[in-house]
Amino acid sequence: MGVGNHEHLRRLLSRLSDARGVSGDEREVRAVLREELGELAEGAKVDALGNLLVTRRFPGKGTPVRVMLAAHMDEVGLMVTHLDKSGRLRFAPVGGIDLRILPALPVLVGPDRVPGVIGLETVYREDTAEQPGPPRLRDLTIDIGCPSREEAGRWVKVGDRVTFATAAREFGDGLVLAKALDNRAGCAVLVELLKGNYPGVELAAAFTVQEEVGLRGARVAAHALAPDVGLALEGTVCADLPGVDEASHVTRLGAGPALSLMDAASVANRSMVEVLTDTARHLGIPYQFRRFAAGGNDAGAISLALEGVPTASVSVPCRYIHGPAAVAAIEDVAAAIRLVSAFLCRVGDEGLRFRDEGGAT
Amino acid sequence: MKELIARLTQSYGPSGQEGEVRRRIAEEIRPHVDGLRTDALGNLIAWKDAGKGPRVMLAAHMDELGLMVTHIDEQGFVRYAPVGGLGHLGLPGQRVIFPGGRIGVVAAERVEDVKELKHEKLYIDLGAADRAGAPVAVGDVAVFHRPLETAGTRLIGKALDDRVGCAVLVEVARRLTSSAVRAYFVFTVQEELGLRGARTSAYGIEPDLAVAVDVTATGDTPKAAVMEVSLGKGPAVKVKDSSLICHPEVRQALEEAAATAAVPFQREVLERGGTDAGVIALTRTGVPSGVVSIPTRYLHTPSEMADLADVEGAVRVLLAFLSRSTGA
Repeated sequence: MGVGNHEHLRRLLSRLSDARGVSGDEREVRAVLREELGELAEGAKVDALGNLLVTRRFPGKGTPVRVMLAAHMDEVGLMVTHLDKSGRLRFAPVGGIDLRILPALPVLVGPDRVPGVIGLETVYREDTAEQPGPPRLRDLTIDIGCPSREEAGRWVKVGDRVTFATAAREFGDGLVLAKALDNRAGCAVLVELLKGNYPGVELAAAFTVQEEVGLRGARVAAHALAPDVGLALEGTVCADLPGVDEASHVTRLGAGPALSLMDAASVANRSMVEVLTDTARHLGIPYQFRRFAAGGNDAGAISLALEGVPTASVSVPCRYIHGPAAVAAIEDVAAAIRLVSAFLCRVGDEGLRFRDEGGAT
Repeated sequence: MKELIARLTQSYGPSGQEGEVRRRIAEEIRPHVDGLRTDALGNLIAWKDAGKGPRVMLAAHMDELGLMVTHIDEQGFVRYAPVGGLGHLGLPGQRVIFPGGRIGVVAAERVEDVKELKHEKLYIDLGAADRAGAPVAVGDVAVFHRPLETAGTRLIGKALDDRVGCAVLVEVARRLTSSAVRAYFVFTVQEELGLRGARTSAYGIEPDLAVAVDVTATGDTPKAAVMEVSLGKGPAVKVKDSSLICHPEVRQALEEAAATAAVPFQREVLERGGTDAGVIALTRTGVPSGVVSIPTRYLHTPSEMADLADVEGAVRVLLAFLSRSTGA
């Protein structure tokens, strides 16, 4: 993949990451995706929960294999729960957020992007002799510069979503720094994959909602799409940092897309993982295993749909995931696209449905 | 029965890789059923066709606990992630086996205080001199390496959870000669990871009634948590656990079946834990479900202990249940 393509991917990834889409309010991301997909989005459907579903058929030799590719649109963030007398906003996390990252963080509140900063009084107190533990939710508030409840109420409402106030930017050599790489990285991969041609495949692309709060969109999307095979496209943990044992890195930045073997929501279909690794080796595409068994993604919900679906996950490593400034390597995104693209060609060509795990009958 | 349980417990089958157990069970059950299929997740579904009677699903899970390789260091020592609810305290000193037969010993880093011990501090020693000499790869899964042993009527071994349940289903299929119901013998995958196989297989079968056969804890050991279930006092008919309140009519039918078969039984209330019946009950528009449990001590260790008489009792209860069952 050439430099031009990298520039295209960087722009796509940045634009998608800058769109705001805390779980349950993915409208803005959906709109950007429609624009980026252009003609491909013409037959797209939006289901009752808000999943954006795009199906493409590529005629081949036999009965086409129906492959669901899922990338979730939502990002972790906060929700305003209360406006207090002093004009400060109480909030609840939406999705998995480590409270330690919040104090002093700039944020944007609600559809009008009202700027705010998260205050934690004790950070600025010097009279606390002991080392403070992680902040408690009840000690944190969002300050939007309003002196009273009435004034704050003119700008924000209970229920407004809050996002990190980060604009995507180029970073280091071939990296991107942005707020919602989990999972706009997967969305970018899926946008690019939809432009391809995979004879023998019926591609059922699902840009899903509410993954971060329990794989909810993927569950109903998989029920409706009834795929033969499912693949989740994700952004995943990358802890290749100083002071972290190699055994705990989970993934390494720039070492290629990460294949899951098992997480808390699913066990990857072994044959799918074999075909993915075999394809990568053949084409010289770098790949790595996600060396971590916690967390879960849309593959978990897809695998349990209807009578069950063989699934796997291909993820882009993201440092500082679920925080205001995640970092990913464009080359990992490009490699994920090449890998899944070649995988789909093989699935269509060989009519792979990954039902061979049985072998008993 | 003991030989069957030995064959099943010695088969390799951590959650997600139940192929060997499935092939073994298929071999055992094939002569006694009218049909057999494997679904997309790997559940083995066998059935006896009895015309138009209600569909009764019997479920036992094939999977066992395991240790999945996450990292191999330069010296060839292996770090792992637990597959299923594996306690870390009893692991140091245990032997595990990988597919292909490589044996490993679980060992612990030195810690100041035993409270610091957790899975992250444990590793598997394959006896390798270095990384190149460690013939395992990231993603490979080891299981406990222990033979099935007996002490009188007690069975002691790994993976009694839930290969004894699988053995019960095979035995019921073998002995069931006539029945007014269409019986489905379902050997599920990934129970230990969240009752996954049962959910999809039940969706496919659309049963009118379901009974899971699984192990349960006991309260009959020194200073055990209070629980009215003992080893050797008969199979247990579950009333509730954290996944399910058993359908009262199914429970009653099972208790009456025990009386008919003259099998002593115990009522079971399990405060923590669940079985496949928990998700089967919530499939589609709902399925009346119950559970027959085999009382088992030291669950999720390499030395689970059950009583052969309870296993035999469970077979007889289910045979009587299927003979009289016409749907709750």
